[in-house]
Amino acid sequence: MRLLSWAYLAAAYAFVFLPVVVLVVFSFQDGRLPVPPFQGFSLQWYDKILGNGALMTALWHSALVAFVSSALALVMGFLAAHALARVRLPGSVLLRGLLIAPMTVSYLIIALGLLTTFNQAGISLSLWTAGIGHVVINLPLCFAIAYAAMGDHQKNAERAARDLGATEAQVLWHVSAPMLAPALAAAFFLSVTFSWDEFIIAFLLTRFDVTLPVEIWSMLRSGLSPATNAVGSLVFLVSVSAVVLMEIFLFRRPK
Amino acid sequence: MTASLSIQSVTQRYGTALALDAVSLDIAAGEFVVLLGPSGCGKTTLLNLIGGFAEPVSGRILIGGKDMAGVAPAQRPTTTVFQDYALFPHMTLADNVGFGLRMRGVARPERRAKAEEMLALVGLPGKALRRPHELSGGQRQRVALARALAVAPDVLLLDEPLGALDLKLRRAMQDELKEIQRRVGTTFVHVTHDQEEAMAVADRIVVMNAGKIADVGPPREVYLSPKSLFSAAFMGEINQIAVRDGQSALGALVPGTGTLLIRPEAIGLNGALPLGLCRVEDVAFFGTHVRAHVTPLKAPGTRLTVHLAQTLSVEPGAVLDLAATDHLMLEEE
Ligand SMILES: Nc1ncnc2c1ncn2[C@@H]1O[C@H](COP(=O)(O)OP(=O)(O)OP(=O)(O)O)[C@@H](O)[C@H]1O
Ligand SMILES: [Mg+2]
Repeated sequence: MRLLSWAYLAAAYAFVFLPVVVLVVFSFQDGRLPVPPFQGFSLQWYDKILGNGALMTALWHSALVAFVSSALALVMGFLAAHALARVRLPGSVLLRGLLIAPMTVSYLIIALGLLTTFNQAGISLSLWTAGIGHVVINLPLCFAIAYAAMGDHQKNAERAARDLGATEAQVLWHVSAPMLAPALAAAFFLSVTFSWDEFIIAFLLTRFDVTLPVEIWSMLRSGLSPATNAVGSLVFLVSVSAVVLMEIFLFRRPK
Repeated sequence: MTASLSIQSVTQRYGTALALDAVSLDIAAGEFVVLLGPSGCGKTTLLNLIGGFAEPVSGRILIGGKDMAGVAPAQRPTTTVFQDYALFPHMTLADNVGFGLRMRGVARPERRAKAEEMLALVGLPGKALRRPHELSGGQRQRVALARALAVAPDVLLLDEPLGALDLKLRRAMQDELKEIQRRVGTTFVHVTHDQEEAMAVADRIVVMNAGKIADVGPPREVYLSPKSLFSAAFMGEINQIAVRDGQSALGALVPGTGTLLIRPEAIGLNGALPLGLCRVEDVAFFGTHVRAHVTPLKAPGTRLTVHLAQTLSVEPGAVLDLAATDHLMLEEE
């Protein structure tokens, strides 16, 4: 029985991580195709992609979009959460629902909706429009995390700050945000990872400047190559780093 | 540094429930006033109105003669010590205590010096760089007090500041609180439902009941000559004997109609008001006194609580001839 459960665990992990392992292993392939057999260890594909200007530009774009859109989503989500947690408005339940609603809509629908909107408004597609798309998907996440983290503890500290002469902006800056720092950091890093490897929205809402997943997709159209594995491994490395950073901020924090 | 406070016919409602019913109270500058009453009587509500966290439905609140209607908490010359301390967990004690000064644009070195001074005042010298989670409950309480006093408010509001402390620490802190208030001279409005704490610190006690003031006066007056049955009973144990036209279950004790009130410690072997022979029902030794329940032979349905001298050893079943040294008659029944 014990053995069986261990076997199950191993199988589950293998199922989740095998594709990643295969991806990473064949990025070091000394040959033209990322398929078995493994012909030897080589860094040539990494060398190649690091020398690929279009790819490196796309990588930079992805980082830019991820950070800027996540920062925006975080600020807006935090302020909305703060307002809805503190002020009792008629219909605040409805407002809260509306803010979370985009989570339940598929990225494809969001992208199509935004595409139509931008076309109608005569806004040309760029990294900005993709960034707006990412704010749309990450805002509900940031809002939900920030809202869930706000308790009576914060509320009382904010009251004390106001009592001691703080303005609303000072309360937010000196008390609310620092007290919620772990949750806000978690929301930010999650947003970054979501934006970082998001494809559909970035694909539909960019034109000339594209993000990394879009660039990888166009590489894939010209056939399989260990180079795409190498890019994939890099993308994975960045996502993992973000998650690890989040873990450090959120869970390793001494009480 | 200090100011008078005038509460004029203040009413507060939550929905249809009346939390405060036309409460009026004048507090002199530098006075230590305690709002005392059972849970839900409106103490916190009144404190919140003074601090500006809510506006009354009707009535006025004046601090130092100025009407506070529409003035936000930040602009009022009041600060509050909250029951749960509400310290800022991410700041050092120095930053916590200096927070109010920082909001007033005071420079860092000056803030720091003031914070050190305030921490020393509340008995926490040299702990400026600690954080709140490193402190005990009593120490956090002191920091909250230092933080509220650092901005030199005219009126300090304290909502059950000692409520979360154990009894021994509470008794020690209340003495300190009184001492600090004497030194800074600020008007203190302190909320509690512990009557011993109230008597230990107050210049004047305000007994509240169901949104109304039941009694006001110095501790001695409120305890010894309460103006209502409610405040008589709330300030401590008391024997109540119904009297109608000078007649009671114990015979003719006092003239008039109403309720005869006798504190347990006023009953003993000698006194001006004889209560007659009483049978001792049960006895417990309390250290400072012997607490016993007795039944007068004349009125088997009546039970009196008495505090007898520590040196008196009595057994249940004994019959004593008791009398009261002090009593009070209220018209209320
Ligand atoms: N925000 C509120 N909404 C509705 N009713 C309230 C609110 N705050 C207080 N009340 C009601 O007003 C009355 C007075 O409450 P208050 O908090 O002033 O009592 P208190 O004397 O401070 O009691 P405690 O000793 O338990 O703190 C209570 O009956 C309470 O239920
Ligand atoms: Mg209260």
